[in-house]
Amino acid sequence: MSVSIRDLWWKYGEEETAPWVLKGINLDVKEGEFVVITGPNESGKTTLCLCLNALIPYNFLGVFKGHVKVAGMDSRDHEISELAPKVGMVFQDPDSQFITLSVDTEVAFGPENFGFPISEIEERVDWALRAVRMEGYKYKPPRALSGGQKQRVAIAAALAMRPDILVLDEPTSNLDPVGKAEVLEIISELRKEIKLTAIIVEHNVEDCVAFADRFVLLYDGKIELSGSPEEFLEHEEKLKERWVRLPQVTELSHLMMKSEHFYLKNLYLTVEQAYESIDQMFRRSRLGRTKEGS
Amino acid sequence: MVEQKKEVEVRDLHFTYPDGTVALKGVNLDIYENDFVGIIGQNGSGKTTLVKHFNGTLKPTSGKVLIEGADTTKSDFKHLAKRVGYVYQNPSYQLFCNSVEKEVEFGPTILGFSKDEIEQRVNDALKRMGLEKKRKEYPFFLSIGERQRLAIASILATNPSIIIVDEPTTGQDIRRAEEIMDLLIELHKEGRTIIVITHDMRIIADYVPKTVVMLNGKILTEGPTRQIFADPKTLLKAFVLPPQITRLAQKLGAYGIPPTPLNTAEMYGVLKNHLGSKKGKRS
Repeated sequence: MSVSIRDLWWKYGEEETAPWVLKGINLDVKEGEFVVITGPNESGKTTLCLCLNALIPYNFLGVFKGHVKVAGMDSRDHEISELAPKVGMVFQDPDSQFITLSVDTEVAFGPENFGFPISEIEERVDWALRAVRMEGYKYKPPRALSGGQKQRVAIAAALAMRPDILVLDEPTSNLDPVGKAEVLEIISELRKEIKLTAIIVEHNVEDCVAFADRFVLLYDGKIELSGSPEEFLEHEEKLKERWVRLPQVTELSHLMMKSEHFYLKNLYLTVEQAYESIDQMFRRSRLGRTKEGS
Repeated sequence: MVEQKKEVEVRDLHFTYPDGTVALKGVNLDIYENDFVGIIGQNGSGKTTLVKHFNGTLKPTSGKVLIEGADTTKSDFKHLAKRVGYVYQNPSYQLFCNSVEKEVEFGPTILGFSKDEIEQRVNDALKRMGLEKKRKEYPFFLSIGERQRLAIASILATNPSIIIVDEPTTGQDIRRAEEIMDLLIELHKEGRTIIVITHDMRIIADYVPKTVVMLNGKILTEGPTRQIFADPKTLLKAFVLPPQITRLAQKLGAYGIPPTPLNTAEMYGVLKNHLGSKKGKRS
């Protein structure tokens, strides 16, 4: 297991009255798995991310119960300096993450601070930039980059530490559709190439349904649903109740499955699936009509 | 036909940032009184730069922007602030006072209203945005959703006829997104002109009747939203994809499906007409 969370409870602050933000989370993520965590605002998604790289409990004041194991290390038994390099973090706003004036120094920042030799730093920077297909931008300033490119550099900066796990908190919400697709495709490639485990917080199920192995619904500090995209999206009522927007084509397939006018067994997850299925329906219906006519 | 009043007129607008970045390269656009317009396009296409000209935050490098007929380079800040309210992409960037109440007071105070009038406006705006109970709170203790509502409340207190909202649904769950869009619809019904910048094509399809598409500092196309989404080839130039349902309909064009459905219910209706019969159930 890449990540293993057992009965995790957390609250900010030590007062009796402080509310629990995470209330008994259990979650296992396999090596190389692509997991999307979704749920309404203030359900605990970002807090859960902070537990994965041990910023919680080490950098926040609060009460921690249960166990979080990443890359084989229980966060209670290891220093943050041991855990942090295993878990790369990428946040929502690419602009607020840039701390240096060029792409290469940005990506080099992590390895430099860990005191790697220069040759190794260079090697890691080149590798990370290649991995996010940004090698041509090595000496560019951040302002010369598009939103999607900046976010890819932020991913490269995390990758330069060669983490086992990449945690991305709403990495695409400030990006246009092309930028979103760039980022999600890169992550999807990385997990195949280097067996990277990816855990992404995302409001928009539609954008990541084609990439995800599993969706998790977090609500009020608890996991309410967890399953493959197909299994997850079956729970139309629950998802709507929790303000998670289903992909439009999935909504359409739910309507069709409930209707007496259509015979449909499987949900649509993507436009392509919907097209193939409906195309078949049209072909069959034409065939039927020709037969009747003859 | 009654001639509609032009609220915003943009004429051959060019804008270059001090660092040399050319952001707008000849924009021409008319926005009419009580329009509800969405502006879409890639990051860096010039959407935010364009609307920052409407409230005078930016002044043209060349060309002209007229608000209710008045040139923004010739009107003073107060004149524009009464007419144009701009809610930033990130509401945290525009909040700076010590309490919710003071934040909302700021606009009407600067505009020089009487004490009674200011109080009235602050009360109305807070009530409308559901923030009365938070009036003494420090803005940064509010949740993101509340901060967004506070940003809108402080705009409402100046009672502008044009309201610009930049990426109102980013990072919001769909309940928040819908709340904000429903509010904009309400403000539109009151006769205001609404301009929304967004990357969310479902929000555009569900709420926004007119759409402007920007590409590389220019306007690529504009028109009724349904018509804009029915032309995927032009949209693709701006790297924009129509909503899933519209794309699905367009793939099924060979079967006589129109390229225009925008939402699930519409598409369901179309498919039922073409395919849905009890007979279909049998096969």
